[in-house]
This record gives sequence, C-alpha cells and structure tokens, in this order.
Amino acid sequence: MSEPAGPLAGESYEGYVTVRALPPQGMISVRADLSAEGEGAAMALLDALGAEMPDRRGIAEGRDGAVLAWMSPDEAMVLCSFDGARQLAAGLDEALSDQHVLVADVSDARAVIELEGGAVREVIAKLAPVDMDAFAPGEIRRTRLAQVPAAFWMPEEGRLRLVCFRSVARYVFDLLATAARPGREVAKG
Amino acid sequence: MSTRLATGGRLLDRSRRIPFSFNGKRFSGHPGDTLASALLANGQMLMGRSFKYHRPRGPVASGAEEPNALVNLGEGARHEPNQRATTTELFEGLAATSQNHWPSLEFDVGAINTALARFLPAGFYYKTFIHPRPFWKHVYEPFIRQSAGLGKAPAEADPDEYEHFYAFVDVLVVGGGVAGLAAAKAAALSGAKVMLIEQTAHWGGRAPVDGGEIDGVPAAEWVARTVSELETMENVTLRTRTMGAGIYDHGYVLAYERVADHKLGGEAPRHRLWRIRTAQTVTATGAIERPLSFAGNDVPGVMLASAVRDYVVNWAVSPGDRTVVVTNNDDAYRTALALKEAGLVVAAVIDARAEGGGRLMDAARDAGIRVETGRGIAKVKGGKRVEGVLTCPQAGEGTATEEIKCDAVAMSGGWSPVVHLWSHCGGKLLWDTAEAAFRPDPDRAPTGADGKPMVVTAGAASGAMGLGDVLADAHAAGLAAAGAAGRAPADAEAPAGEARDEAPLAPVWMMPQGAGPALRAKAWLDYQNDVKVSDVQLAAREGFESVEHAKRYTTLGMATDQGKLSNINGLAVLAGELGADIPAVGTTTFRPPYTPISMGAIAGPARGATFQPIRRTAMHDWHEAHGADWEPVGQWRRPYTYRRDGESREAAVNREVKNTRDALGMLDASTLGKILVKGPDAPRFMDMLYTNMMSTLKPGRCRYGLMCSENGFLMDDGVVARLDHDTFLCHTTTGGADHVHAHMEEWLQTEWWDWKVWTLNVTEQWAQIAVVGPNARKVLEKLGGMDVSKEALSFMGWAEGTLGGFPVRVFRISFSGELSYEIAVPASHGRALWEAIHEAGQEFGVMPYGTECLHVLRAEKGFIMIGDETDGTVIPQDLGLDWAISKKKDDYIGKRAQMRSHMADPERWKLVGLETVDGSVLPEAAYATAPGTNGNGQRNTQGRVTSTYHSANLGRGIAMGLVHRGPERMGEVLEFPKVDGTVVKAKIVEPVFYDKEGTKQDV
Repeated sequence: MSEPAGPLAGESYEGYVTVRALPPQGMISVRADLSAEGEGAAMALLDALGAEMPDRRGIAEGRDGAVLAWMSPDEAMVLCSFDGARQLAAGLDEALSDQHVLVADVSDARAVIELEGGAVREVIAKLAPVDMDAFAPGEIRRTRLAQVPAAFWMPEEGRLRLVCFRSVARYVFDLLATAARPGREVAKG
Repeated sequence: MSTRLATGGRLLDRSRRIPFSFNGKRFSGHPGDTLASALLANGQMLMGRSFKYHRPRGPVASGAEEPNALVNLGEGARHEPNQRATTTELFEGLAATSQNHWPSLEFDVGAINTALARFLPAGFYYKTFIHPRPFWKHVYEPFIRQSAGLGKAPAEADPDEYEHFYAFVDVLVVGGGVAGLAAAKAAALSGAKVMLIEQTAHWGGRAPVDGGEIDGVPAAEWVARTVSELETMENVTLRTRTMGAGIYDHGYVLAYERVADHKLGGEAPRHRLWRIRTAQTVTATGAIERPLSFAGNDVPGVMLASAVRDYVVNWAVSPGDRTVVVTNNDDAYRTALALKEAGLVVAAVIDARAEGGGRLMDAARDAGIRVETGRGIAKVKGGKRVEGVLTCPQAGEGTATEEIKCDAVAMSGGWSPVVHLWSHCGGKLLWDTAEAAFRPDPDRAPTGADGKPMVVTAGAASGAMGLGDVLADAHAAGLAAAGAAGRAPADAEAPAGEARDEAPLAPVWMMPQGAGPALRAKAWLDYQNDVKVSDVQLAAREGFESVEHAKRYTTLGMATDQGKLSNINGLAVLAGELGADIPAVGTTTFRPPYTPISMGAIAGPARGATFQPIRRTAMHDWHEAHGADWEPVGQWRRPYTYRRDGESREAAVNREVKNTRDALGMLDASTLGKILVKGPDAPRFMDMLYTNMMSTLKPGRCRYGLMCSENGFLMDDGVVARLDHDTFLCHTTTGGADHVHAHMEEWLQTEWWDWKVWTLNVTEQWAQIAVVGPNARKVLEKLGGMDVSKEALSFMGWAEGTLGGFPVRVFRISFSGELSYEIAVPASHGRALWEAIHEAGQEFGVMPYGTECLHVLRAEKGFIMIGDETDGTVIPQDLGLDWAISKKKDDYIGKRAQMRSHMADPERWKLVGLETVDGSVLPEAAYATAPGTNGNGQRNTQGRVTSTYHSANLGRGIAMGLVHRGPERMGEVLEFPKVDGTVVKAKIVEPVFYDKEGTKQDV
C-alpha cells in the first residue's frame, strides 16, 4: 500500500505568521450521549485516551499525544496518530458495543494546517466570525473560514491548528496565506 | 481666487510637496491635503458639473457630506468614479479627472440643459417619456441610460485586494471628535473593551478648528493628550480612516477602513471591512451644517461657513479674497473671525435675524467686520465663480437694495445632528424647535434582542451644542454604554468645556422669505441631483404629500451623498408648501452605508483564487494532468471528459462512451455523498427517509432508493448499503450530500428526537472509483486480494477487503448497465489506487471517463438523474419509479403528499423515451407542442425534454422527457420546435434504449 497522501503535501508559507500543512492526522468521530449522566461513553473515552470529556467548546490532551475535542453536545472528535486510528476506532467501538454510539475513523476526511507566530489570532480574525481576543488554549471552535466550515484550537500560545475538509484544503491554505501576507498586519492602531 | 495662505495649515506638512494631476494638469500639494484643499490651493475652484443641468460646481463642504466635488480617481484598472475630493487624501501621483461634462470641464455642451431648466421640472422623466408607449423601450430608455449616472464605470478588473476583520467589543464609539474621545475614555475607564473609529485621518473633529478650551487647555491639546492616553489602554482599539457604515440588528456594525487609499500599490489591502459585534454603540457622529436656499447658492465659491473655516484653519487655503458670510445663527461668525485672523477680507456678514446674534456678533463687529442684520442674499452673481451678491431684506420678496462685490460666500443655515447610524436600526427622531433640526429621541432608541437600547448618542449627534454640553453628554454616553454592556460605570468627571453663549437661531428655509418663482428656480436644495426649491414646491402642488414619494419624484436626496445637505431643507420646503409642521412631514429613511463603500471591501477575500471554494477530489491533480475538461458540479470540479491532443469535446465523449461499453472505463465517483446512519432505530428511520423498504435489506447487500420531501417531490436518490444490522451507508447525489444530511438531522432533531439514530457525513473520508465495463472484473482480479467473482460478490452486493494491498469496500452496483464495481478507499490512498487500477487496466483497454459519458451511459439505460428528470415538481410516480415505492409501509416522508388528488392525477406528464425520426439530437429542454393556444395566447404544450444526448453506441440521438400521459402513447410522434424555427419530430418510446433485459450488468 502507498504512503497516505494529504491534499497539500507539506506546503508552507512564510508570512507574518507561518502557514504550514501538517501530515495526515488520525481522527475519529464519536457520536454518543457524552454527558456525565449518559450511558458511559465519556467514561469509555477516558479509559481509552486518558482524557476527560471536555466541556462545551473544549479540547483536552490525553495519553500518548491523544486529544479529545468537544464537537457538539453529542459529538466528540478524537485526534491520534494516523496509523493508530483504525485500531483505536475499532477498540472504542468494541468498548461501547453495548451502547448507542457511532464511532468512525475519519482520518482521511480532513486536512490539518498549522499557524505559528505572534499574530495567529489576528490572521484567523480576518476569516472567521470568532472573538479571537477571548480565544485561548484549551478551546476548540467549530466555525467557518470565509465560505467553508473549519475548526481550530491552540495547542499553546503562538500556535494554532486548523482542520477543514480535504476537498477545500487548497482554498483554505490560499485564504490563510493571503491573510498572513507581510504588509497586511492589522495591529492595534 | 482661491489660494494657499503663506502660513498656517494645522494638518499640513509644509516641508514636503506632493505632485498630482487634475484633468491632465500638473499641480502640487502638501502631505495632509485633501484633493479638494490642494485644488483650491492651486486656484482650481471648479471641480465638476452637476448631474442634470451640467452646472459648474465647486466644493460646498469640506468632508463626507460633499455633494459637488466628485471626481474620477485613478486611471486604467484603478479608475474609480464619484470619489469625493473632500475626503480623498492627497498622495503622490494621484490622478483625478472631473466628471459629467463634454468636451471639457470649462466648456460643457450639456450646460444647455440649464437654459432648458423650465422644461425639465420635477417628474420630468415620468411626464415626458410615457407616450407613445413603444418609445420608452426603443428611444427614451437607451437615451436616458446613456446620459444617466455620474462618472464612468471602470472597464478593467480591480488590481487591489481587500479583506474583512471580525471584531468583538463591549462598546463601539463611532466618531473621533471630542465627543467620541470623551465617550471612549469614559467607557474605557469603566473597564469596557472599547473600539473608537474615526472616518478621517485625524482625531478631534471640528473642535480644533472651532476653538475653545477643554479642562483648561486648548481643544487641540486636549485631543492629543486624550488620544495618547487611550493609546496606552489595553482595552481600547483606535482606528482612523474607518467609517461607521451601518448598524444592524444584534449589535452588528459594519465599519469601512480605507487602509491604503492614500498609499496605493503597497502590500496592504486597499480597504478593510470591519464586521463588528458590539454590546453597545455610541454614535458620536457630530453634526452637518445646512446650506441656505438663495438664488445662485450653487455658484462655485459658495460654501458652507464651516467648510470655509476648515479650509483656512486646517489647510491654509483661502477660498476667496473677499468673502460674504450669510447666516441665520451665531456659529457662522466664527468663520468671519477665522477669515479675519488669517488676514482675509470679510466684506460683510449678512445675518437673516432681525435682532442679529450675540457675543460672537459683537466680537465680529469689534474686529471691524460689517454686520447687516435682518437681511439676506437675493441672488449670487457670477457663473463659474462668485462675483458678488445682491442683498435684500430677508422679510421681503428679493428686491435687491445693495450689491456687494466678493468672490466667496460662506453660508450657514444651522446644524443638523448626524442621525444616520442612530436611525439605521430603528432609532426615532425628535424635532428640536430651537435648533430647527431633527435629533435622536433618547426614549426611542434602537433596541437589541433584549428589547433594551443598543445605541446611545454622544455630543453634537445628540443635539448638544457648545463644548460644555457636548463633553458632558458624551461622557455620560460613554458611562451609560459601558453600564449597559455590563461594566460598572467609572467614577470619573466629565471633561469641562465652556457653556454655549449664543443667540437663538432663526429658521430660514428660503432666502428671502418671499422669494418669487425666478429666485426659487435658482435656489438649490440637492446640489448633486439638481433639485431646487421650485421642484419640491411643484411636487407638493402635484399632490406628493408623502416625503418618501416627493423624494422619488423629485430625486431629492437620491444621489451618492444621499441628501446629507439637502434632506432637512427639502422637507422643510415641502412642509411649508403643504402647510404642515416639519415633524409631521418627517424624514425619509436613513439606510446604510453612511457614505458609499467599495464593492471590493464587501467581497473581501472572495476574489481570484479564493473567489469561491473549489472542492477537489484526491484524484483532482491526476485528472488535470490527463486532459480533464472540467465541469462544476456543486462546488466540486469534475472532469466532463478527458480530451486527448487535438480531440474535440464531442469526440472525446464518444470515445469514452464506446470504450466503457466495449472494454473498460474508470470514473472518479468520490464526489457522491456518503452518510452513515446507525442505531437501534436506524432501520425504521431508513424506512421513513426512503420510499423503498430499507429495513429488509440484508447486511452485505445494496439497494437503490428514492428520497422525497414531505411534499412528495423527488429530492435525491442513491444506493444504500447495509453495513450491519444497525448501520446503513447512504450514497447521495454529488450536490445533495449536505442537504440530505441536514434533512436527516432535521427530522431526527425536530420530529423523531427520541429515536436512537446517529448520522455522520463521511463523504470526504472516502475516495470512490467506479470500474466499469466488460473487463472490470479482470482488472480487479489482476490487482488481487479479494474475491470479486459473480458468486462471491453478486450484483447489488458489497464486500470489504483489500485490492492491490489497499483497504477497500467494493460495491457491485451499476449506473451504466455494465458490469461495474464502485471501490471506496480512504481518501489518502485515492490517487494511488486510481493509478494502480489505471496501470493494471492498460492491457484491458482502460480509459478514464467523465461526467458526460456517465450521463450518456445512464440515459441509454433509462436511468434518471436528479436535476435533469427532476426539478422540484416531479414525484417518483411521474418517472415510472412505482417499483421503488413500497406499498407495504405505513408511511414514509412524502407518502401523504403523493396521495393528494393532483399528485395521483392520471393527466400528469410522465417519463418516456424520445427517439427523433431523423436520428438527430433533440434540443435541451425543448417543449412538445399541442394544438391551440392557452389563455395568454401562447402555444399549448404537452411535454418537454429532460435529458438529451448523442449515443455513440446507438449512433443516434436519444432523449428522455416528461409527456402528458406519455406511457399510454407509445409510438406517437411529437413535434418539438427549435429556436431556429424548424421542428424536430420524435417518437415516444420506452426510456430504456440499450440492453433492455439488463444482462450486461449481471455477469
């Protein structure tokens, strides 16, 4: 079998923030009752990932680089290694087999783009209707970027990761690179 | 003549000169100049021609309200019409031309219209061009279109770039004058997140020009100090060159930043559109001075008194050597004093008030300025430039008793608060009798979602006049806004300013009061649209009582300035003529944007490569490299066909059609929607979604299904695979994926919220490849890894396994009537698997095929296509799909609707095949005619073509169509007129043209 190929093949752009396409990332969608009073899907995720189910618009780190993100009141996203996603999804499905859940490996559905630099918030604020001043590590935001859906979070200050559907990865990369072009700084006036 | 003064100019950097051109003539100005101030400094008072009468015009104002000095700015692709010279910052190389004249600004043939003015009254167009009727379309309209409009549209694509910015604040303050600064500071001290925007490049508004002290220091000094204080505050954002364009519901405000209009061609975007969400907006938008309506008030050299003072103080421009000031209030005396201080001659102040003014009038008299009270201007003398004024008693009919030589007139009719932003979202106005102006009614503010006020006015925008009142009002507004935004108002003192000490204004709507018809016909209300006092009076006499009707009839306030100067004067004249009170007549509606904003700013990033998202499959680049002739399908791009060197589109399609039937074709089917439906209630949910019985489908099997809207119309179709007892995979059309997913979620969330079903759109997870043709099995067997024999994987079965080492799901389904496999692979391997199949297929004659070949193959088999055979009005029964509608189920979405009498009517148009008698291809969407005509005199019809192609396999045209009682009329010949007037005859046949028994797919 071939090496998995993402839609942007490691492209990057050095603007007043750096825009960089990351290699394929393992992703698992989980639809379930994720509330504490639920059937226990949150517990199974905690067991499997070592991460507590985050609150609304939250994202949390677990064991071995696994990340658990809130997507909606009944949807979570697990981020893991690309190679381990299929097995992890099967394991979760198995652990939750007695419950009403939907677990799907969707590692190929999206592109991951990373922004790095002091002004990552500013670049996003040109494209997404989100209060970026109030946005902080530990949060994930599902929103739109210009005309397409996207989600992003900040693993740490100065670094932001963004996912979009793979079919529009080129569009999103171009948007971000244009917004990050030197000379376009908005800066506090 | 206007000229640059030797000293002064608060905004100028006299150490540098900037070259620019106007109508090809070279001039120079200084940094800090506007185009208007620089032109005046160079003696160029004449800047344009008016719209209707082509009257020579100079600037009347100094800011955003300017109606006259509109120019074409820039050349070639950067050409932009209707730019206000008064708000255009001078930059190096600026090239402007004047508008609306031929052959030249100085000599304009169109000015003949002014001599014909008595034949061009209000409503002229409506009155003149009505008869004879056919003339409107063929004679009048083309002529009017030719002569209508100011300026010329640019002919090339805009080379500049634009962007948006989303900001979220507690308090947005619009207007950076002293009121805005005071309000912003009060809100910021209260801990609110504040954004303060100012439309010009400078803070402080009018105060530095008008003078006075704030907190014991000159206004300009207080402004500088307050700006630097605000700049150090973490919770404050300050932006100049940013205009508050509109206020909308839910605290949404658009602001328009002209980032690089004054330094074009750099890396910065030209304009930035700020999309702001704010809890509270403070409008500190100031006030606009009103002109006075006297004959010849549009002659170049007649300006607003405040503008005259701005030109003198800000830009060291003398608008004229001898100025006459004409006023109905005290403020204009400031202009007289400013002129005097600059060493210029004030010929006289003509004060319409019998009693004259107060302290300021005394100051003017003390300065040796002649003041005449109780008088007005009967008429301005001069054509392209003021030469003098004839004065008369204001109370009379305009008999001139004195001529005063002058080359400039500074007029003031009082001040109107800028209420636009307040009004955009429903704020109401009060009539302020003392100031003769509408001002915001604080008890009827625009309200937010909670029913509470979301806008508060500050300073002159509230109707407060005089520094002391302005600052106190603005400070209170800032605290109130912060409080309403949930902050504790700071315990801070308002900045202190002097109280107003002025004599009352006298409303003057016409000068002189009893001006006769000749004078009224030369007294302009709306400069840009050439509406005069006489026009509005005529409209009133003709019965236009509503201000909105009168506006449209006379075009008062309909130009690019939207009546900033003319509004109040116009409706006061209307009220006077109607014998009504001004507040009873009311104002026209204020709509965003406050001043025009660029199309580019609205588009933002949506241009060039990012105009629209283009969705690309994993194999997109391969298609591109192999001659794909693209076609948009939704936001996807799909190959219509793959053209080889020198091959026509048609030839390429025919080649693909034949090769797929004879050997082996492969199609990128990744764009088809794929939605997972899982849960204990999934089977019954599927039975409701589809017209078919889906719950009886066995795991490992596939079924073609139809999905209808609740009104019974066919909405989408596709193959459903049952993955396991609880899980279905629904394939949708390419364009239907998102819509179908939303449809599912809507029913689950609103109607069947207690059903245990989850859905997930996994369209993008999978690349999908259709391998089609007699050799399909051979190539898969060659790749190896799973059993794809007829026995192991029969028609309408699916299996999971590996092919050539790739993890795949193989669906044995066919949209072509051939032996066919659709292979789904995780998208990251899509291109590699595509290439592997393409390589392995070489010995079997493989060729990729595009959407047109897909269409021809399906049409040969009589398979319907959503969007061709359906158009939102077609039910499955119309298409002969009764076999896919379960009779056993109690219900499915659309069932009830399909039982309505109209839906069950046998008279409906139904699907048939159409075979042209001469073998030609029927035109798309052609109608079959029927005898007679309908009630509108149109030819009756009895059917229409829904799909039509040339079939390379059959060597003839084939088509499908919906025909009245079609299936009962096999063999009948219908007539289809073509647009060239000829008629094509086609026979009604079965819709299946090829392999009627379906033996080819089931091998």
